[in-house]
Amino acid sequence: MSEELYKEMAQSIIEGDSDKSVELAKKSIELQMHPLDTITKGFVVGVNYIGDQFGKGEAFLPELVMAGEAMKAAVATLEPELMKLGESREVMGRVVLATVEGDIHEIGKTLVGTMLSASGFEVYDLGVDQPAEKIIGKALEVDAHIIGMSALLTTTMVRQREVIEELDKEGLRPRIKVMVGGAPITKDWFQKIKADGYSEDAIGAVKIAKQLVGKADA
Amino acid sequence: MSNKNIKTIRDPKLKLDILSREEVRKIHDATLQIIERVGIKFPSERALDIWEENGAQVSRESKIVWVKPSIIEEALRKAPARYPLAARDPAQDLKLDGNHVHLGTDGCGVEVIDINTKEKRTSCLQDVRDIARVADATEEVAFHWVPVSAQDAPTQARGLHEVKAVWENSTKHVQTESIYNAKEAGAAIEMAAILSGGREALRKRPVLSLMQCTAPPLAHDGGSIDAALLAAEAGIPTGFMTMAACLTTGPATMAGNLAVGNAEVISATALLQLAHPGAPVFYAAAQTASDLRTGAYTGGGPEDFLFGAATNNLSDFYNIPLSMGSFATGAKEPNWQAGLEGSLSTFMASLVMSDMLLGCGFLHGSRIWSYAEMMLDCEIFSIIEKMMRGIEVNEETLALETIASVGPGGHFLAQKHTRRHMHDLFLPQFLDRRPYGEWERNKDDARDWALAKARRILNEHQPDPLDEKVDREMNRIIASVENA
Ligand code: B12
Repeated sequence: MSEELYKEMAQSIIEGDSDKSVELAKKSIELQMHPLDTITKGFVVGVNYIGDQFGKGEAFLPELVMAGEAMKAAVATLEPELMKLGESREVMGRVVLATVEGDIHEIGKTLVGTMLSASGFEVYDLGVDQPAEKIIGKALEVDAHIIGMSALLTTTMVRQREVIEELDKEGLRPRIKVMVGGAPITKDWFQKIKADGYSEDAIGAVKIAKQLVGKADA
Repeated sequence: MSNKNIKTIRDPKLKLDILSREEVRKIHDATLQIIERVGIKFPSERALDIWEENGAQVSRESKIVWVKPSIIEEALRKAPARYPLAARDPAQDLKLDGNHVHLGTDGCGVEVIDINTKEKRTSCLQDVRDIARVADATEEVAFHWVPVSAQDAPTQARGLHEVKAVWENSTKHVQTESIYNAKEAGAAIEMAAILSGGREALRKRPVLSLMQCTAPPLAHDGGSIDAALLAAEAGIPTGFMTMAACLTTGPATMAGNLAVGNAEVISATALLQLAHPGAPVFYAAAQTASDLRTGAYTGGGPEDFLFGAATNNLSDFYNIPLSMGSFATGAKEPNWQAGLEGSLSTFMASLVMSDMLLGCGFLHGSRIWSYAEMMLDCEIFSIIEKMMRGIEVNEETLALETIASVGPGGHFLAQKHTRRHMHDLFLPQFLDRRPYGEWERNKDDARDWALAKARRILNEHQPDPLDEKVDREMNRIIASVENA
């Protein structure tokens, strides 16, 4: 019985159907299935499948994003149950993500967030044009492992350095790791500002994030 | 009349109607619906005030405005259909009148392939100077964008150092996309007024124009809007460019993406007309489709080419000039992809007589400047300029007498008619038509010759310098912004 249901759950993620995934999550609660099982044996299987297909070039970005949304919706439905049981889902790490102050380029940052979520990170995406204190404040509030900053302008990339300097001043590194990205961000810049990681694309961002939390793929 | 040392496409014989009148109407109607029902975000207090004064529905909280079609349409009717882009040298003023296609360099790059070492490195102020000087000498380039970012100049006045560097090194018109806040815009306008000889002179012959990006989907950047309002007030031509891209910042369908981009552009254009009726404005666009696998913005690809042709139908409908992104490519060096994307995008945008074309010189999705690419793009433009003139058919060109005098067999090489017309034929600079063996010796190609040409220009060409007094005054303005 639950085998069938797990399959349906995975399928709802693969199809990116949030209505369906929420409905199945609710059903699992009614059936008193363990929410962690529901997540790991059901929904996560779907996410992994789409991630795989995406990696092979057989699934496309919208499918990946929709799978991510369906997953998020299902997990949100199950979260209160987890709380009741005093358990929490194992996450890869918590990431606070933002485009820096004065910069409104959004897409790249959002894609990085999507890929990180799909790979098991808990992502707090603050949006664009975010000042240092907001970014750091949020990181402290959620006890983040990583701060990810996007900057696409040569006039705003300096903000990345400001955040890093602020973190250093407060003695918050290496507890909080910093990764950076965006069109003008080069390896030189990343080294110059002494960030912990940088990547030219979203798939690379996931790899770096995993390294930074010590969970790199073998 | 043609301009000094500037090649433009005009009096075209080739023509393309990519959208029917009815289709343009449909896109226009969809656009008005979007502006009225979905709304557009204007995160600028000044802009929200203007909208409110003119009867739009405004949310101060979300910064979204909802505007009735009649307000938009009436405002757009106030925009002038034609006006000049003035140059430091009046013989290089450009007409924006629907019958000219002018090529500009691309702008705001972040890295440069060094002209000597051929290595990629971070862009700096000297690059802005050098590129402007090469462009000044190149007849295909009619006007400048600030080509790359002067990353060694202080951020708060970087945009000012950049425009000054271009003025210093060229007598052609300067358009910038690197100034996107009120403070720098105000200072840039002052600098332009000094160059023109006063505010009124600047209004008549604007030696500077401004390009601002919209913030798709359906939003604007506050700094850009404030900068544009200042420019419009000073009579400086101002355009809004949409980059709404299928899949990410716009619908996957091309028509829907055109409507989203159009809503952004005409809402901002209408705002400028409400604030400063009759201000010179232009439509600008660089729409494309995001990559299905990565979401990357590449520019290039068939959607890009189609957008390039469709957008002029929209700007014609609103009767304002168009600045169209062309020559965009995702290629990492001047290669097959760069040639393909540059040719087709520029051909399509030229067929419909887009008034300004941008993009010359860039690689890697508008990020890396390459002198070789610049020269190769110029040759593509020249080929298209030649094609746009079409085929002339008359007694002289039919050459009946000459054909009769050569008769069956023989050749036309020694004919007077041939002498008269041999220079009608295109003379390439960079197309390889040599014997195989000759190529084999060095295996060199267009890229090497293009780079060599740029080097030669950089060594030899020195345009008229700026007047000393103008120079001092400009420095004073820059310093005041820098030290504020
Ligand atoms: C689309 C675009 C816009 C859109 C953005 C729409 C939106 N809602 O996001 C709009 C039209 C709003 C825009 C505005 C402007 N833009 Co713009 N824009 C671009 C463009 C063409 C593509 C960016 C993009 O979306 N790429 C697609 C995504 C998927 O890629 P990405 O952002 O690079 O992200 C990937 C990686 O970088 C990395 N990554 C990104 N963030 C992070 C973060 C972390 C932590 C990590 C690890 C990795 C990572 O992973 C991402 C996914 O693969 C770039 C050129 C380019 N090719 O990059 C110019 C570009 C960045 N823009 C530029 C400019 C100048 C502007 C404007 C100033 C223009 C103006 N005058 O108004 C304004 C900026 C206003 C402001 N205050 O921010 C310049 C910047 C150059 C410079 N010298 O600074 C560029 C390079 C183009 C150019 N040459 O003119 N722009």
